[in-house]
Amino acid sequence: MTDKRLVSPPEPEPQGWPRVVNAGFDGLVVRFADRLSEPANRAALAFRAALEQQSWSAVEETSTSLVSTYLRFDPLGTDHGAMATRVADLLASRDWYEAALPEGRRLWRVPTVFGTDLGPQLAEAAAVAGLTVDDAIAQISQTRLRVQTIGFAPGQPYLGELPEAFDIPRQTALTPEVPEGAVVVAIRQIVLFSVTTPTGWRHIGQTRFRLFRPDDANPFVLRPGDEVLFEPISAERYGALAGDGAAGGATAEALT
Amino acid sequence: MSRALTVTRAGPGLTVQDLGRPGYLAFGLSRGGAADRLALFEGAALLGQDPALAAVEMAGLGGSFVATEDMRIALTGAPMRATFSTGQALRWNASHLLPAGETLTIGAVQAGSYGYLHVAGGIETPQRLGSRSVHVAAGLGARLQSNDRLPLGCDPGGPVNLSLSPEPRLAGGCLRFVPSLQTHLFARAELARFQKVDFIRDIRANRMGVRLLPQGEGFALDGGLSVLSEVIAPGDIQITGDGTPYVLMSECQTTGGYPRIGSVLPCDMALVAQAQAGARFSFVQVTLQEAVEIERRARSERARLTARLAPLVRDPAVLRDLLSYQLVSGVTAGRELEDDDT
Repeated sequence: MTDKRLVSPPEPEPQGWPRVVNAGFDGLVVRFADRLSEPANRAALAFRAALEQQSWSAVEETSTSLVSTYLRFDPLGTDHGAMATRVADLLASRDWYEAALPEGRRLWRVPTVFGTDLGPQLAEAAAVAGLTVDDAIAQISQTRLRVQTIGFAPGQPYLGELPEAFDIPRQTALTPEVPEGAVVVAIRQIVLFSVTTPTGWRHIGQTRFRLFRPDDANPFVLRPGDEVLFEPISAERYGALAGDGAAGGATAEALT
Repeated sequence: MSRALTVTRAGPGLTVQDLGRPGYLAFGLSRGGAADRLALFEGAALLGQDPALAAVEMAGLGGSFVATEDMRIALTGAPMRATFSTGQALRWNASHLLPAGETLTIGAVQAGSYGYLHVAGGIETPQRLGSRSVHVAAGLGARLQSNDRLPLGCDPGGPVNLSLSPEPRLAGGCLRFVPSLQTHLFARAELARFQKVDFIRDIRANRMGVRLLPQGEGFALDGGLSVLSEVIAPGDIQITGDGTPYVLMSECQTTGGYPRIGSVLPCDMALVAQAQAGARFSFVQVTLQEAVEIERRARSERARLTARLAPLVRDPAVLRDLLSYQLVSGVTAGRELEDDDT
């Protein structure tokens, strides 16, 4: 370890959008924005699809986050500079912000208990949003939410965008455990949990919709671009849906 | 009855692991796989087989195992006390014959965290999404339980009683890292301090991440900037809300909004996995060019593992090349093999 290394400036962040940056030893990330927006979200999804279509042999894996696309490659086979150049060339080939949403999108209707002991923080979340509980349920259940990205846990969607009232922060403390199928809310987004997990988001509802089905032909149920309506049901109906298997009463129809 | 290894008594942290399950990052599933990948390569070298074959990973404590027929096994990673019911002790970092009906008992780790039991032919539990690795965090597969029966692949045969001197990696050390997605957001002085202070491996550590406690204040972004959620890869050094770094491991979440100060080189991840609570670490940043050379050397070392195999005992009947062993600079090769490898 030399002093020179300690004081050398960090690599400058490129200017303008999109930006190509290194991510660890074997990754590159293309950032389309520094905040969530629909065009940047579409751009990230479309650019990943284009990368997959290229089938570059050096690329081992690709994914998207909210507004960025990731690729992992083997730097021992293709050096970082060469890979960044290929990515930059592909980026320059079109306006990605104009890209359409992915093909084959579906609208999912997901039966959801709002509040009760199954969604114990609904009243608290409504209060932070400045809404009555009934208004909160109405606003959430009537908004068609889009899957912006799948991540954190297998098959787990980040859904948006909720009305402005729901631009509420995460709570400061972690809830030690919310169950699989939990509906949690913060920052105008909803996450529908695919595993049992701790969270800093408020737990407002519960579904029986299983998002990760490892032994099915289609193990990851939701895809980016899909839309979701959380339809209010009673706790009794929720109990009855225990017999419905992995779908938990959820249905899908094609979006055209 | 087909070839199998029966787990007659399972410790609490036994899982079947291979090199993991890449390709599902976009679906929120991290690649998983053995916590100490190098141990899989060592086991494969000892048994003369493909490192992609699955083995039993043992976190902290082993278990008891019985073979349905004579089989070749190898023991790698964190050394553990291993004995047959006859009382015969088995050397770690070596291959052995496990006779049919014999009970192999593996105790607690003597150093490090993850030991591995390899069987010739590999463990052939059903593949799920292209891998046999149990992904605890994703609920994909489950830890082994007493009386589980592990099906095995076919062993084309090969030698036993070979040993390997493992690359030291059980007691912490210096971790080399390259910049990650938010490195540039940390003040230069913070990044320098990150490379000056020592870190102690916390008791909180699992297959998702290992917490390292800085000796001194935690680390924070300038002005407490918030970060948009982005991709996470194993090796990323995530700075959580209280300023404490977590090095993310093979079962990490796939996206996250905590800033990453850097990313540990893949070849140094075995040090992170194997350290026990209390082990001391430091960090040093290397350039991407240096990282490529470091990884290239690590890969060629892995390729040379087979060439480094040595006979386990000084029994002339099993020494394949007796003369070369006895004549090397007047020191018998057996001497160092008898040293305790912990």
